[in-house]
Amino acid sequence: MKGNEVIAHAAIRYGADGYFGYPITPQSEIMETLMDEKPWETTGMIVLQAESEVAAINMVYGGAGCGKRVMTSSSSPGISLKQEGISYMAGAELPALIVNIMRGGPGLGTIQPSQADYFQTVKGGGHGDYKMITLAPASVQEMADHVALGFDLAFKYNNPVMILSDGVIGQMMEKVVLPEFRPRKTEEEIRKEQPWATLGKPKNRKPNIITSLELDSNIMEQNNNRFQTKYKQIAENEVLFEEMNCEDAEYLIVAFGSAARISQKAVELARQQGIKVGLFRPITLWPFPEKELAAYVGKLKGILVVELNAGQMIEDVKLAVECKIPTEHFGRLGGIVPTPDEVLTALKAKLEAKRS
Amino acid sequence: MKQEIIIAGFGGQGVLSMGKILAYSGLMENKEVSWFPSYGPEQRGGTANVTVILSDERISSPVLNEFDVAIILNQPSLEKFEPKVKPGGILIYDGYGIANPPKRKDIRAFRIDAMDAAVQEGNEKAFNMIVLGGLLKLVPMVTLESVMLGLKKSLPERHHKLLPMNEKAILKGMEIIQEVKNEK
Repeated sequence: MKGNEVIAHAAIRYGADGYFGYPITPQSEIMETLMDEKPWETTGMIVLQAESEVAAINMVYGGAGCGKRVMTSSSSPGISLKQEGISYMAGAELPALIVNIMRGGPGLGTIQPSQADYFQTVKGGGHGDYKMITLAPASVQEMADHVALGFDLAFKYNNPVMILSDGVIGQMMEKVVLPEFRPRKTEEEIRKEQPWATLGKPKNRKPNIITSLELDSNIMEQNNNRFQTKYKQIAENEVLFEEMNCEDAEYLIVAFGSAARISQKAVELARQQGIKVGLFRPITLWPFPEKELAAYVGKLKGILVVELNAGQMIEDVKLAVECKIPTEHFGRLGGIVPTPDEVLTALKAKLEAKRS
Repeated sequence: MKQEIIIAGFGGQGVLSMGKILAYSGLMENKEVSWFPSYGPEQRGGTANVTVILSDERISSPVLNEFDVAIILNQPSLEKFEPKVKPGGILIYDGYGIANPPKRKDIRAFRIDAMDAAVQEGNEKAFNMIVLGGLLKLVPMVTLESVMLGLKKSLPERHHKLLPMNEKAILKGMEIIQEVKNEK
Protein backbone atom coordinates (compact mmCIF):
# COMPACT_ATOMS: atom_id res chain seq x y z
CA MET A 1 0.00 0.00 0.00
CA LYS A 2 1.03 3.59 -0.62
CA GLY A 3 1.96 5.72 2.38
CA ASN A 4 -0.95 8.05 1.69
CA GLU A 5 -3.46 5.18 1.46
CA VAL A 6 -2.15 3.80 4.74
CA ILE A 7 -2.89 7.10 6.53
CA ALA A 8 -6.54 6.76 5.47
CA HIS A 9 -6.87 3.10 6.48
CA ALA A 10 -5.13 3.69 9.81
CA ALA A 11 -7.43 6.62 10.63
CA ILE A 12 -10.57 4.56 10.01
CA ARG A 13 -9.20 1.64 12.03
CA TYR A 14 -8.06 3.83 14.90
CA GLY A 15 -11.59 5.08 15.47
CA ALA A 16 -11.31 8.54 13.88
CA ASP A 17 -14.56 10.50 13.92
CA GLY A 18 -13.91 12.84 11.04
CA TYR A 19 -11.61 13.87 8.19
CA PHE A 20 -11.88 17.29 6.55
CA GLY A 21 -9.64 18.14 3.63
CA TYR A 22 -9.06 19.73 0.29
CA PRO A 23 -7.17 17.90 -2.46
CA ILE A 24 -3.57 18.73 -3.37
CA THR A 25 -0.75 16.63 -4.90
CA PRO A 26 1.12 14.64 -3.57
CA GLN A 27 -1.35 13.66 -0.85
CA SER A 28 -4.70 13.42 -2.65
CA GLU A 29 -4.80 9.62 -2.18
CA ILE A 30 -5.57 10.18 1.51
CA MET A 31 -9.03 11.60 0.83
CA GLU A 32 -9.50 9.42 -2.27
CA THR A 33 -8.93 6.29 -0.19
CA LEU A 34 -11.29 7.54 2.52
CA MET A 35 -13.98 8.23 -0.10
CA ASP A 36 -13.46 4.71 -1.58
CA GLU A 37 -13.66 3.08 1.83
CA LYS A 38 -16.89 4.96 2.76
CA PRO A 39 -16.28 4.71 6.54
CA TRP A 40 -19.53 6.67 7.18
CA GLU A 41 -21.33 3.44 6.25
CA THR A 42 -19.27 1.28 8.63
CA THR A 43 -17.67 3.06 11.60
CA GLY A 44 -19.66 6.26 11.20
CA MET A 45 -16.54 8.35 10.48
CA ILE A 46 -17.34 11.49 8.51
CA VAL A 47 -15.26 12.33 5.42
CA LEU A 48 -15.82 15.75 3.94
CA GLN A 49 -14.20 17.65 1.09
CA ALA A 50 -14.29 21.24 2.28
CA GLU A 51 -14.39 24.29 0.01
CA SER A 52 -10.82 25.21 0.95
CA GLU A 53 -7.96 24.35 3.27
CA VAL A 54 -9.02 27.19 5.58
CA ALA A 55 -12.53 25.75 5.84
CA ALA A 56 -11.12 22.26 6.47
CA ILE A 57 -8.89 23.29 9.39
CA ASN A 58 -11.75 25.23 10.99
CA MET A 59 -14.00 22.18 10.65
CA VAL A 60 -11.26 20.31 12.50
CA TYR A 61 -11.34 23.03 15.18
CA GLY A 62 -15.08 22.51 15.51
CA GLY A 63 -14.86 18.73 15.66
CA ALA A 64 -11.98 18.85 18.15
CA GLY A 65 -13.99 21.28 20.31
CA CYS A 66 -16.58 18.51 20.64
CA GLY A 67 -13.87 16.14 21.88
CA LYS A 68 -13.94 14.18 18.61
CA ARG A 69 -10.98 12.41 17.03
CA VAL A 70 -10.62 14.60 13.93
CA MET A 71 -7.95 15.20 11.32
CA THR A 72 -7.01 16.97 8.13
CA SER A 73 -4.23 16.55 5.59
CA SER A 74 -2.63 18.67 2.91
CA SER A 75 0.68 19.48 1.28
CA SER A 76 2.95 22.47 1.83
CA PRO A 77 0.98 25.36 0.18
CA GLY A 78 -2.23 24.05 1.74
CA ILE A 79 -0.58 23.67 5.14
CA SER A 80 0.45 27.34 4.99
CA LEU A 81 -3.24 28.21 4.66
CA LYS A 82 -4.03 26.14 7.76
CA GLN A 83 -1.56 27.91 10.05
CA GLU A 84 -4.09 30.30 11.55
CA GLY A 85 -6.32 27.39 12.51
CA ILE A 86 -3.39 25.47 14.01
CA SER A 87 -2.40 28.46 16.17
CA TYR A 88 -6.03 28.82 17.34
CA MET A 89 -6.15 25.11 18.23
CA ALA A 90 -2.89 25.39 20.18
CA GLY A 91 -4.35 28.43 21.99
CA ALA A 92 -7.65 26.68 22.71
CA GLU A 93 -5.77 23.47 23.69
CA LEU A 94 -7.57 21.25 21.22
CA PRO A 95 -6.42 17.77 20.16
CA ALA A 96 -6.19 17.14 16.41
CA LEU A 97 -4.08 15.36 13.82
CA ILE A 98 -2.71 17.28 10.83
CA VAL A 99 -0.81 15.53 8.04
CA ASN A 100 1.64 17.41 5.79
CA ILE A 101 2.93 15.45 2.78
CA MET A 102 5.54 18.07 1.90
CA ARG A 103 6.34 19.26 -1.63
CA GLY A 104 8.86 21.76 -2.91
CA GLY A 105 8.29 25.46 -2.28
CA PRO A 106 8.21 28.37 -1.74
CA GLY A 107 4.86 29.45 -3.14
CA LEU A 108 3.06 26.89 -5.28
CA GLY A 109 6.52 25.48 -6.00
CA THR A 110 6.49 21.94 -7.35
CA ILE A 111 4.61 18.72 -6.68
CA GLN A 112 7.84 16.77 -6.11
CA PRO A 113 9.07 15.79 -2.60
CA SER A 114 10.72 18.23 -0.18
CA GLN A 115 11.40 18.72 3.53
CA ALA A 116 11.43 22.50 3.43
CA ASP A 117 8.55 22.92 5.91
CA TYR A 118 10.69 21.88 8.90
CA PHE A 119 11.01 25.43 10.27
CA GLN A 120 7.33 26.16 9.69
CA THR A 121 6.33 23.05 11.61
CA VAL A 122 8.68 22.95 14.59
CA LYS A 123 9.24 26.68 15.10
CA GLY A 124 5.54 27.53 14.88
CA GLY A 125 4.16 28.43 11.45
CA GLY A 126 1.28 30.26 13.05
CA HIS A 127 1.52 33.14 15.49
CA GLY A 128 2.10 33.01 19.23
CA ASP A 129 4.22 31.00 21.65
CA TYR A 130 3.03 27.53 20.79
CA LYS A 131 4.54 24.16 19.99
CA MET A 132 3.15 21.32 17.94
CA ILE A 133 4.22 17.71 18.48
CA THR A 134 5.78 16.67 15.16
CA LEU A 135 6.19 13.07 14.00
CA ALA A 136 8.42 12.25 11.01
CA PRO A 137 7.65 8.80 9.56
CA ALA A 138 10.40 7.20 7.44
CA SER A 139 8.43 4.20 6.17
CA VAL A 140 4.94 3.25 5.09
CA GLN A 141 4.65 1.24 8.33
CA GLU A 142 5.39 4.36 10.36
CA MET A 143 2.71 6.25 8.44
CA ALA A 144 0.21 3.81 9.99
CA ASP A 145 1.89 3.79 13.41
CA HIS A 146 2.07 7.58 13.59
CA VAL A 147 -1.66 8.03 12.95
CA ALA A 148 -2.31 6.00 16.10
CA LEU A 149 0.52 7.64 18.05
CA GLY A 150 -0.50 11.09 16.81
CA PHE A 151 -4.08 10.76 18.02
CA ASP A 152 -2.87 9.34 21.36
CA LEU A 153 -0.46 12.24 21.95
CA ALA A 154 -3.00 14.84 20.80
CA PHE A 155 -5.49 13.61 23.39
CA LYS A 156 -2.88 13.06 26.10
CA TYR A 157 -1.81 16.70 25.94
CA ASN A 158 -4.81 18.43 24.31
CA ASN A 159 -2.56 19.75 21.59
CA PRO A 160 -2.42 19.59 17.80
CA VAL A 161 -0.02 16.95 16.43
CA MET A 162 1.50 16.98 12.96
CA ILE A 163 2.71 14.07 10.86
CA LEU A 164 5.43 15.70 8.75
CA SER A 165 6.12 13.49 5.76
CA ASP A 166 6.82 14.07 2.08
CA GLY A 167 6.04 12.90 -1.45
CA VAL A 168 8.54 10.03 -1.24
CA ILE A 169 6.94 8.30 1.75
CA GLY A 170 3.42 9.33 0.67
CA GLN A 171 3.74 7.91 -2.84
CA MET A 172 5.82 4.80 -2.19
CA MET A 173 4.45 1.32 -1.55
CA GLU A 174 5.81 -1.02 1.12
CA LYS A 175 4.65 -3.83 3.33
CA VAL A 176 2.47 -2.63 6.20
CA VAL A 177 0.60 -4.02 9.19
CA LEU A 178 -2.45 -1.85 9.89
CA PRO A 179 -3.70 -1.23 13.44
CA GLU A 180 -6.53 -3.42 14.75
CA PHE A 181 -10.02 -1.99 14.39
CA ARG A 182 -11.16 -0.18 17.52
CA PRO A 183 -14.54 1.42 17.88
CA ARG A 184 -15.05 5.18 17.83
CA LYS A 185 -15.56 6.76 21.26
CA THR A 186 -19.19 6.98 22.33
CA GLU A 187 -20.64 10.32 23.44
CA GLU A 188 -20.70 9.06 27.06
CA GLU A 189 -17.00 8.18 26.86
CA ILE A 190 -16.12 11.59 25.41
CA ARG A 191 -18.13 13.40 28.12
CA LYS A 192 -16.20 11.43 30.73
CA GLU A 193 -12.71 11.67 29.21
CA GLN A 194 -12.99 15.19 27.72
CA PRO A 195 -15.14 17.03 30.27
CA TRP A 196 -14.25 20.29 28.48
CA ALA A 197 -15.92 19.17 25.22
CA THR A 198 -18.85 21.25 23.92
CA LEU A 199 -21.34 18.44 23.49
CA GLY A 200 -24.39 20.19 24.95
CA LYS A 201 -24.79 21.54 28.48
CA PRO A 202 -26.40 19.46 31.23
CA LYS A 203 -28.32 21.53 33.82
CA ASN A 204 -25.82 20.84 36.62
CA ARG A 205 -22.74 22.62 35.23
CA LYS A 206 -21.65 25.90 33.70
CA PRO A 207 -21.27 26.12 29.91
CA ASN A 208 -18.01 24.85 28.40
CA ILE A 209 -16.29 27.51 26.33
CA ILE A 210 -13.63 26.68 23.74
CA THR A 211 -11.62 29.77 22.84
CA SER A 212 -8.10 31.05 22.43
CA LEU A 213 -9.24 34.63 23.24
CA GLU A 214 -8.44 36.17 26.61
CA LEU A 215 -8.45 39.96 26.77
CA ASP A 216 -7.18 40.09 30.37
CA SER A 217 -3.40 39.93 29.97
CA ASN A 218 -2.91 38.64 33.50
CA ILE A 219 -5.01 35.60 32.71
CA MET A 220 -3.46 35.31 29.21
CA GLU A 221 -0.02 35.15 30.77
CA GLN A 222 -1.22 32.40 33.10
CA ASN A 223 -2.58 30.55 30.06
CA ASN A 224 0.77 30.87 28.33
CA ASN A 225 2.59 29.65 31.43
CA ARG A 226 0.29 26.65 31.48
CA PHE A 227 1.11 25.95 27.83
CA GLN A 228 4.84 26.25 28.51
CA THR A 229 4.63 23.84 31.44
CA LYS A 230 2.85 21.39 29.16
CA TYR A 231 5.46 21.80 26.41
CA LYS A 232 8.23 21.15 28.93
CA GLN A 233 6.49 17.99 30.05
CA ILE A 234 6.15 16.84 26.41
CA ALA A 235 9.84 17.60 25.76
CA GLU A 236 10.80 15.48 28.76
CA ASN A 237 8.59 12.50 27.98
CA GLU A 238 7.85 12.12 24.30
CA VAL A 239 11.19 12.25 22.44
CA LEU A 240 11.57 9.45 19.86
CA PHE A 241 14.60 8.65 17.72
CA GLU A 242 16.42 5.75 16.06
CA GLU A 243 20.17 5.02 15.91
CA MET A 244 21.75 2.75 13.29
CA ASN A 245 25.41 1.68 13.16
CA CYS A 246 26.25 4.31 15.78
CA GLU A 247 28.20 2.21 18.33
CA ASP A 248 31.64 2.63 16.75
CA ALA A 249 30.84 5.65 14.56
CA GLU A 250 33.39 8.39 13.93
CA TYR A 251 30.90 10.32 11.82
CA LEU A 252 27.15 10.70 12.12
CA ILE A 253 24.54 11.44 9.50
CA VAL A 254 21.49 13.09 11.07
CA ALA A 255 18.39 12.91 8.86
CA PHE A 256 14.62 12.45 9.18
CA GLY A 257 11.90 10.90 7.01
CA SER A 258 12.79 10.09 3.41
CA ALA A 259 16.26 11.68 3.74
CA ALA A 260 16.97 9.19 6.54
CA ARG A 261 16.06 6.25 4.28
CA ILE A 262 18.37 7.50 1.54
CA SER A 263 21.10 8.20 4.10
CA GLN A 264 20.73 4.69 5.51
CA LYS A 265 21.82 3.31 2.13
CA ALA A 266 24.66 5.87 2.04
CA VAL A 267 25.78 4.50 5.44
CA GLU A 268 25.76 0.94 4.02
CA LEU A 269 27.91 2.09 1.07
CA ALA A 270 30.28 4.06 3.32
CA ARG A 271 30.75 1.10 5.68
CA GLN A 272 31.70 -1.07 2.67
CA GLN A 273 34.46 1.47 2.03
CA GLY A 274 35.59 1.38 5.64
CA ILE A 275 34.19 4.75 6.69
CA LYS A 276 32.82 4.45 10.23
CA VAL A 277 29.56 6.34 9.93
CA GLY A 278 26.23 5.90 11.71
CA LEU A 279 22.73 7.24 11.19
CA PHE A 280 20.81 9.19 13.83
CA ARG A 281 17.15 9.61 12.89
CA PRO A 282 14.93 11.94 14.93
CA ILE A 283 11.40 10.50 14.85
CA THR A 284 9.92 13.39 16.83
CA LEU A 285 11.15 16.67 15.31
CA TRP A 286 9.51 18.53 18.17
CA PRO A 287 10.35 17.60 20.81
CA PHE A 288 13.83 17.30 19.29
CA PRO A 289 16.21 14.60 20.66
CA GLU A 290 18.63 17.19 22.07
CA LYS A 291 20.07 15.22 25.00
CA GLU A 292 20.52 12.14 22.86
CA LEU A 293 22.56 14.07 20.29
CA ALA A 294 24.47 15.95 22.96
CA ALA A 295 25.67 12.57 24.25
CA TYR A 296 27.85 12.31 21.13
CA VAL A 297 29.95 15.36 22.05
CA GLY A 298 33.58 14.25 22.36
CA LYS A 299 32.94 11.01 20.49
CA LEU A 300 32.67 12.14 16.85
CA LYS A 301 34.82 13.74 14.20
CA GLY A 302 31.86 15.29 12.44
CA ILE A 303 28.15 15.36 11.68
CA LEU A 304 26.49 15.63 8.28
CA VAL A 305 22.85 16.75 8.36
CA VAL A 306 21.02 15.52 5.25
CA GLU A 307 17.72 17.20 4.41
CA LEU A 308 15.60 17.88 1.32
CA ASN A 309 15.99 21.60 2.04
CA ALA A 310 18.63 24.33 2.25
CA GLY A 311 19.54 23.66 5.89
CA GLN A 312 16.82 23.79 8.55
CA MET A 313 17.13 20.93 11.06
CA ILE A 314 20.90 21.57 11.08
CA GLU A 315 20.21 24.56 13.38
CA ASP A 316 18.64 22.27 15.97
CA VAL A 317 21.50 19.79 15.62
CA LYS A 318 24.07 22.55 16.19
CA LEU A 319 22.13 23.80 19.23
CA ALA A 320 21.93 20.28 20.62
CA VAL A 321 25.69 19.67 20.37
CA GLU A 322 26.40 23.34 21.22
CA CYS A 323 28.59 23.50 18.08
CA LYS A 324 31.11 21.23 19.81
CA ILE A 325 31.09 18.80 16.86
CA PRO A 326 31.89 20.11 13.34
CA THR A 327 28.50 20.02 11.59
CA GLU A 328 27.91 20.28 7.85
CA HIS A 329 24.81 20.16 5.68
CA PHE A 330 23.86 18.41 2.46
CA GLY A 331 20.54 19.01 0.74
CA ARG A 332 18.80 19.11 -2.60
CA LEU A 333 16.13 21.69 -3.25
CA GLY A 334 12.93 22.29 -5.15
CA GLY A 335 11.71 18.70 -5.36
CA ILE A 336 14.96 16.97 -6.34
CA VAL A 337 15.52 13.80 -4.33
CA PRO A 338 19.21 12.99 -3.80
CA THR A 339 20.49 9.46 -4.46
CA PRO A 340 22.50 7.49 -1.87
CA ASP A 341 25.78 8.01 -3.76
CA GLU A 342 25.28 11.79 -3.72
CA VAL A 343 24.97 11.62 0.06
CA LEU A 344 28.11 9.48 0.28
CA THR A 345 30.03 11.88 -1.96
CA ALA A 346 28.93 14.80 0.22
CA LEU A 347 29.95 12.90 3.35
CA LYS A 348 33.41 12.29 1.98
CA ALA A 349 33.88 15.79 0.60
CA LYS A 350 32.64 17.71 3.60
CA LEU A 351 33.85 15.62 6.50
CA GLU A 352 36.72 13.43 5.36
CA ALA A 353 38.42 16.40 3.69
CA LYS A 354 38.38 18.27 6.99
CA ARG A 355 40.32 15.53 8.71
CA SER A 356 43.26 15.59 6.32
CA MET B 1 18.56 -12.07 -2.23
CA LYS B 2 18.16 -8.48 -3.28
CA GLN B 3 17.01 -7.15 -6.65
CA GLU B 4 17.05 -3.46 -7.45
CA ILE B 5 15.01 -2.74 -10.56
CA ILE B 6 14.07 0.32 -12.60
CA ILE B 7 11.21 0.19 -15.09
CA ALA B 8 10.99 3.20 -17.40
CA GLY B 9 8.98 4.24 -20.45
CA PHE B 10 6.16 6.48 -21.62
CA GLY B 11 3.22 7.24 -19.35
CA GLY B 12 0.38 4.89 -20.25
CA GLN B 13 2.59 1.92 -21.17
CA GLY B 14 1.80 0.22 -17.89
CA VAL B 15 5.19 0.95 -16.33
CA LEU B 16 3.83 1.68 -12.85
CA SER B 17 1.40 -1.25 -12.89
CA MET B 18 4.10 -3.67 -14.02
CA GLY B 19 6.16 -2.54 -11.05
CA LYS B 20 3.15 -2.90 -8.78
CA ILE B 21 2.50 -6.48 -9.89
CA LEU B 22 6.18 -7.31 -9.34
CA ALA B 23 6.05 -5.78 -5.86
CA TYR B 24 2.84 -7.67 -4.99
CA SER B 25 4.42 -10.90 -6.28
CA GLY B 26 7.37 -10.33 -3.93
CA LEU B 27 4.90 -9.76 -1.11
CA MET B 28 3.32 -13.16 -1.87
CA GLU B 29 6.75 -14.71 -1.21
CA ASN B 30 7.08 -12.82 2.06
CA LYS B 31 9.89 -10.65 0.74
CA GLU B 32 10.49 -7.04 1.76
CA VAL B 33 9.34 -4.83 -1.11
CA SER B 34 9.43 -1.16 -2.03
CA TRP B 35 7.80 0.59 -5.01
CA PHE B 36 8.61 4.23 -5.63
CA PRO B 37 7.13 5.92 -8.72
CA SER B 38 7.78 9.14 -10.52
CA TYR B 39 4.45 10.85 -10.03
CA GLY B 40 2.43 13.83 -11.20
CA PRO B 41 2.29 15.20 -14.74
CA GLU B 42 4.93 12.65 -15.81
CA GLN B 43 2.37 9.89 -15.44
CA ARG B 44 0.19 11.36 -18.17
CA GLY B 45 2.06 11.04 -21.45
CA GLY B 46 5.55 12.05 -20.37
CA THR B 47 8.24 9.67 -19.24
CA ALA B 48 7.27 7.50 -16.29
CA ASN B 49 9.49 5.33 -14.16
CA VAL B 50 9.28 3.23 -11.04
CA THR B 51 11.95 1.79 -8.75
CA VAL B 52 11.09 -1.65 -7.38
CA ILE B 53 13.19 -3.40 -4.75
CA LEU B 54 12.67 -7.02 -3.66
CA SER B 55 14.80 -8.17 -0.76
CA ASP B 56 15.10 -10.75 2.00
CA GLU B 57 16.23 -8.02 4.38
CA ARG B 58 14.95 -4.64 5.50
CA ILE B 59 15.18 -2.16 2.60
CA SER B 60 17.03 1.08 3.26
CA SER B 61 16.60 3.62 0.47
CA PRO B 62 13.63 3.41 -1.92
CA VAL B 63 15.59 5.84 -4.14
CA LEU B 64 18.63 4.39 -5.94
CA ASN B 65 21.46 5.55 -8.18
CA GLU B 66 22.23 2.18 -9.79
CA PHE B 67 20.25 -0.92 -10.61
CA ASP B 68 20.65 -4.68 -11.05
CA VAL B 69 18.02 -4.68 -13.79
CA ALA B 70 16.73 -1.88 -16.04
CA ILE B 71 13.59 -2.44 -18.10
CA ILE B 72 13.51 0.22 -20.80
CA LEU B 73 10.51 0.93 -22.98
CA ASN B 74 11.50 4.07 -24.90
CA GLN B 75 14.53 5.94 -26.20
CA PRO B 76 14.67 8.78 -23.62
CA SER B 77 14.58 6.19 -20.82
CA LEU B 78 17.37 4.20 -22.45
CA GLU B 79 19.58 7.27 -22.55
CA LYS B 80 18.76 8.10 -18.94
CA PHE B 81 19.13 4.65 -17.39
CA GLU B 82 21.68 2.70 -19.47
CA PRO B 83 24.54 4.39 -17.58
CA LYS B 84 22.87 3.48 -14.27
CA VAL B 85 22.92 -0.32 -14.68
CA LYS B 86 25.47 -1.93 -12.35
CA PRO B 87 28.43 -3.53 -14.16
CA GLY B 88 27.38 -7.13 -14.90
CA GLY B 89 23.73 -6.09 -14.61
CA ILE B 90 20.89 -6.64 -17.05
CA LEU B 91 19.18 -4.24 -19.44
CA ILE B 92 15.96 -5.34 -21.13
CA TYR B 93 14.47 -3.16 -23.87
CA ASP B 94 11.60 -3.25 -26.28
CA GLY B 95 12.95 -2.77 -29.79
CA TYR B 96 9.89 -0.74 -30.84
CA GLY B 97 10.91 2.90 -31.29
CA ILE B 98 14.52 2.36 -30.22
CA ALA B 99 16.78 4.00 -32.83
CA ASN B 100 20.00 3.78 -30.81
CA PRO B 101 20.25 0.43 -29.00
CA PRO B 102 22.34 0.03 -25.82
CA LYS B 103 26.10 0.16 -26.28
CA ARG B 104 27.69 -0.84 -22.99
CA LYS B 105 29.78 -4.02 -23.06
CA ASP B 106 30.01 -4.53 -19.30
CA ILE B 107 26.30 -5.32 -18.98
CA ARG B 108 24.06 -7.93 -20.59
CA ALA B 109 21.45 -6.51 -22.97
CA PHE B 110 18.27 -8.30 -23.97
CA ARG B 111 15.70 -7.32 -26.54
CA ILE B 112 12.03 -8.18 -26.26
CA ASP B 113 9.68 -7.11 -29.03
CA ALA B 114 6.72 -7.04 -26.73
CA MET B 115 4.82 -4.26 -28.49
CA ASP B 116 4.86 -6.16 -31.80
CA ALA B 117 3.88 -9.40 -30.07
CA ALA B 118 1.04 -7.69 -28.22
CA VAL B 119 -0.31 -6.20 -31.46
CA GLN B 120 0.00 -9.59 -33.20
CA GLU B 121 -1.95 -11.27 -30.42
CA GLY B 122 -4.53 -8.51 -30.70
CA ASN B 123 -4.01 -7.55 -27.10
CA GLU B 124 -2.05 -4.35 -26.70
CA LYS B 125 -3.02 -4.03 -23.05
CA ALA B 126 -1.05 -7.16 -22.15
CA PHE B 127 2.13 -5.47 -23.43
CA ASN B 128 3.58 -4.93 -19.96
CA MET B 129 2.87 -8.54 -18.96
CA ILE B 130 4.87 -9.77 -21.97
CA VAL B 131 7.80 -7.65 -20.79
CA LEU B 132 7.38 -8.98 -17.24
CA GLY B 133 7.51 -12.52 -18.65
CA GLY B 134 10.82 -11.70 -20.32
CA LEU B 135 12.22 -10.42 -17.02
CA LEU B 136 11.14 -13.53 -15.12
CA LYS B 137 12.75 -15.80 -17.73
CA LEU B 138 16.10 -14.06 -17.16
CA VAL B 139 15.87 -13.45 -13.44
CA PRO B 140 13.37 -15.76 -11.76
CA MET B 141 13.15 -13.47 -8.74
CA VAL B 142 9.56 -14.59 -8.09
CA THR B 143 7.66 -17.65 -9.29
CA LEU B 144 4.94 -17.49 -11.95
CA GLU B 145 2.56 -18.72 -9.28
CA SER B 146 3.37 -15.73 -7.06
CA VAL B 147 2.91 -13.37 -9.99
CA MET B 148 -0.56 -14.75 -10.63
CA LEU B 149 -1.39 -14.40 -6.92
CA GLY B 150 0.05 -10.85 -6.98
CA LEU B 151 -2.04 -10.01 -10.04
CA LYS B 152 -5.14 -11.34 -8.35
CA LYS B 153 -4.44 -9.10 -5.37
CA SER B 154 -3.72 -5.95 -7.36
CA LEU B 155 -6.62 -6.33 -9.84
CA PRO B 156 -10.16 -5.50 -8.79
CA GLU B 157 -12.37 -8.61 -8.71
CA ARG B 158 -14.38 -7.57 -11.77
CA HIS B 159 -11.17 -7.94 -13.81
CA HIS B 160 -10.27 -11.42 -12.54
CA LYS B 161 -11.59 -12.95 -15.76
CA LEU B 162 -8.54 -11.37 -17.44
CA LEU B 163 -6.09 -13.45 -15.39
CA PRO B 164 -5.65 -16.31 -17.94
CA MET B 165 -4.95 -13.78 -20.71
CA ASN B 166 -2.25 -12.17 -18.55
CA GLU B 167 -0.67 -15.54 -17.79
CA LYS B 168 -0.58 -16.26 -21.53
CA ALA B 169 1.18 -12.92 -22.11
CA ILE B 170 3.81 -13.68 -19.44
CA LEU B 171 4.52 -17.06 -21.07
CA LYS B 172 4.78 -15.34 -24.46
CA GLY B 173 7.36 -12.94 -23.04
CA MET B 174 9.41 -15.81 -21.65
CA GLU B 175 9.44 -17.26 -25.15
CA ILE B 176 10.45 -14.21 -27.20
CA ILE B 177 13.17 -12.51 -25.14
CA GLN B 178 16.60 -12.62 -26.80
CA GLU B 179 20.10 -11.68 -25.79
CA VAL B 180 21.75 -8.97 -27.88
CA LYS B 181 25.49 -9.48 -28.26
CA ASN B 182 27.53 -6.32 -28.28
CA GLU B 183 30.60 -7.57 -30.12
CA LYS B 184 32.96 -4.94 -31.58
